[in-house]
Amino acid sequence: MDFFGIPPQALLGQLLLGLINGAFYAMLSLGLAVIFGMLNIINFTHGAQYMMGAFAAYFLLHYLGLGYWWALILAPIGVGAVGVAIERTMLRHLYKLDHLYGLLLTFGLALVVQGLFQNEFGSSGLPYRIPAELQGGQNLGFMFLPNYRAWVVLVSLAVCLATWFLIERTRLGAYLRAATENPALVQAFGINVPRMITLTYGFGVALAAFAGVLAAPIYQVNPLMGSNLIIIVFAVVVIGGMGSIMGAILTGFGLGLIEGLTKVFYPEASSTVIFVIMALVLLVKPAGLFGRTA
Amino acid sequence: MKLKTALALLALAGMTGVANAQLSDGVLKIGVLNDQSGLYADVTGQGSVIAARMAVEDFGAAAKGIKVEIVFADHQNKPDVGSAIVRQWIDRDGVDVIADVPTSSVALAVNEIVKEKNKMFLVSGAASAALTGSACTPNTVHWTYDNWALANGTAKAIVQAGGDSWYFLTADYAFGHDLEAQVAAVVKGANGKVVGAVRHPLSTADFSSFLLQAQASKAKVIGLANAGGDTTNAIKQAGEFGIAKGGQKLAGLLIFVTDVHSLGLQIAQGLQFTESFYWDQNDASRAFTKRFAPQVKGNHPTMIHAGVYAGVTHLLKAVEAAKTDDGAKLVAKMKELPTDDPLFGKGRIREDGRKVHDMYLFEAKTPAESKHPWDYYKLVRTIPAAEAFRPLADGGCSLVKKG
Repeated sequence: MDFFGIPPQALLGQLLLGLINGAFYAMLSLGLAVIFGMLNIINFTHGAQYMMGAFAAYFLLHYLGLGYWWALILAPIGVGAVGVAIERTMLRHLYKLDHLYGLLLTFGLALVVQGLFQNEFGSSGLPYRIPAELQGGQNLGFMFLPNYRAWVVLVSLAVCLATWFLIERTRLGAYLRAATENPALVQAFGINVPRMITLTYGFGVALAAFAGVLAAPIYQVNPLMGSNLIIIVFAVVVIGGMGSIMGAILTGFGLGLIEGLTKVFYPEASSTVIFVIMALVLLVKPAGLFGRTA
Repeated sequence: MKLKTALALLALAGMTGVANAQLSDGVLKIGVLNDQSGLYADVTGQGSVIAARMAVEDFGAAAKGIKVEIVFADHQNKPDVGSAIVRQWIDRDGVDVIADVPTSSVALAVNEIVKEKNKMFLVSGAASAALTGSACTPNTVHWTYDNWALANGTAKAIVQAGGDSWYFLTADYAFGHDLEAQVAAVVKGANGKVVGAVRHPLSTADFSSFLLQAQASKAKVIGLANAGGDTTNAIKQAGEFGIAKGGQKLAGLLIFVTDVHSLGLQIAQGLQFTESFYWDQNDASRAFTKRFAPQVKGNHPTMIHAGVYAGVTHLLKAVEAAKTDDGAKLVAKMKELPTDDPLFGKGRIREDGRKVHDMYLFEAKTPAESKHPWDYYKLVRTIPAAEAFRPLADGGCSLVKKG
C-alpha cells in the first residue's frame, strides 16, 4: 500500500530524518527560549554562537589536536564564556528597555561575528570528520541509518529533557523562575540574582555551541551555517510560544517532522513550509501553541 | 561665473579628450558583479575583482593611455538586487562593462539590461548555456564554461563507463534546471535513462532526505545539478549515508577547486568533473596563482577567476584596437580578434558570443597521491575546443546566420 505514491517504508525513513533535523531545531530553540524566558532578551546572536561552537571544535582539532569528545565539552564552555562576557559588558544595560534594543544589539553582534569569520575563513567551509567511534551505520531494513545521526537524536533528546527538568523541577530552576517574576524579592532572600542571570545567558549560549559541535561532522564548518538556521529556529520559537521550554522542544521536533514530509511530497517548498505554519499559528493563537497570553 | 564654469568644463573635456579620444567619458569602467557574501563567494567574490585588477595591471592599460576603473558589488544571488545594481551602475555611474555574474538567474536578467543599454557583458561565473543560445545578444561574451560543456564532459565520460541510469538532485532555479536538462540530453543521447529528479531549494543544509529518495530510485548515478555549498554538503552527507557502498556513483556536475579544498580529499577522492582551468596546469597558471593566492588568504584561483582575468585581458585588447566603449562594437571587435592569454592559451569567440577553448575532465586525487597543499586534481582527458562546446547551429541563437 502506498501513501500518495510513496511506499510506507520510505516514508518511515523520511520521518526519522525529519526527527534528526528536529533535534537541531529543538536544541537551538531551547537555548533561545531559556534566554528569552529568563532575561527577556531576544538573542539573535544564537546562530552565530552555534557557528562559533562548530568552529571551536575545528580549532581544537586543528591547533590543539583535541578530538570530537573533547570538543563536545570544551567548545560549549569556551563559547559560553564569550556569552558571559557579552552579557556582562553589553546586554546587562538593556534589561529595562524595550525588547527591540536587545534584538538590535544581538543582531548587530551576529553580523559582526559572522563577517569576521567569513573574512578569515571564506564561505566554502572547513572539513570536520565524524569521530571514528560513530562512523558507519545500521541497516534498519527500510533505510540506512548512520550511527552519527542516531547519536545526535539521542544526545539532543537527553539535553533537552535535562534542561527542562533543571528549570521546571529543581530548586535552582525555581529560583530562576522566581527571579524573573520579582528580582528584588529574590535578592532580598540572599540570592545573587545578577550572577544567576549572567550564568543563565552563558548556559543558553553553551547550548547553541553544543549544537554547533554536534552539527560540525554533518555539515561543513561554515561561517554561514548559523545565519541559514537562525531564521527557522526563530520561527520554531514563535510557533512554540516565546519563552516556553517544553513548547520549544516539542515544536522543534514536530516541525522537523513536517519539514521532512515536505521534502518528500513537495521538495520545492521545504524551505518555506515552516513559515507558512508560523503564519497560520499566529493567526489562530498569537501567543504560540504553548505560550501563555500575557 | 557661469561662463567660467562652462569654460573650465570644456577645458576638462578637452584634456581627457586628448588622452582618451576613444572612450565616451574618458574612462573604461568595469563593474564586477557577483556573490560577495553567500555560498558562491569563494568561487567568485573578491577573487574575481582581484583577477580583473591583475588583468588591467598586466595589460599595462595605463601606459597605453586607457584609463580603467574597477568597481564591484554583491548581488546576493537575487535577480532583483542584481538588476537594480546594474541599472544604477549604467545610468548613474557610467559603467561600461559588467563582468563575472555567477548565478544564472541573475546573469539572464543582467543580460537583457546590458543589451537594452548597449553596454558590454563579460560572463565568467554563470553557467546557463542559454546566454549563448536562445538568450544570446550582440553585447554578451560568455567565457569560462557553460552547462552544455559540463554535461558533455562529465556525463559523457560517466555514461561511457557504464553509468547509464541517472537520478538528479537539482538546485531549484534557472542554473539547476538548465544543467539537469543538458545532462539528461547527453544521458539519453547515449542510450541511458533518467529515472527521476528532486528539486531542492538553493542553500539547503540537509540533503539526507533527498539522498534517501535518490537511493530508493536505484539509479546507478546520482547527478548533483547544483554548486558551491549545496554540492559540498550533498557529497559529504552522501558519504555518511553510504551511497557509494550501496553501489551508486555520485556525479558532481559543477565542482571547483575550492569545493575540493573544503571537502578534503578523504571525501572528495575519485570524483570526476569538468573544468576549463586548473591552477597547477602549467608554468603560466602557477605563476598566476603565486600572485593571486596571497591576496585572497591563500585560496587558489577557480576557473571563474581565471576566466575573469583572461576575459578582461581580451576586452582591453579590443578597446585598444577598436578605440570605443560602445558595447556592440566592442563585442564585435572581441569576436574579430583571436584570443591569446596565459591562462587559456589561443582561442576565439564565436558569433554567438561563446569563447571556445579546451575543457578538461579531472579526477580528484586520493590523499596519498597529493604531494603538496592544493595538489588535488589529475587530468583524465582533454576535451578539444572543437568538441567541448555546443555546436553553433544547435544553440538557437538569433545572431547565427542559417546557411
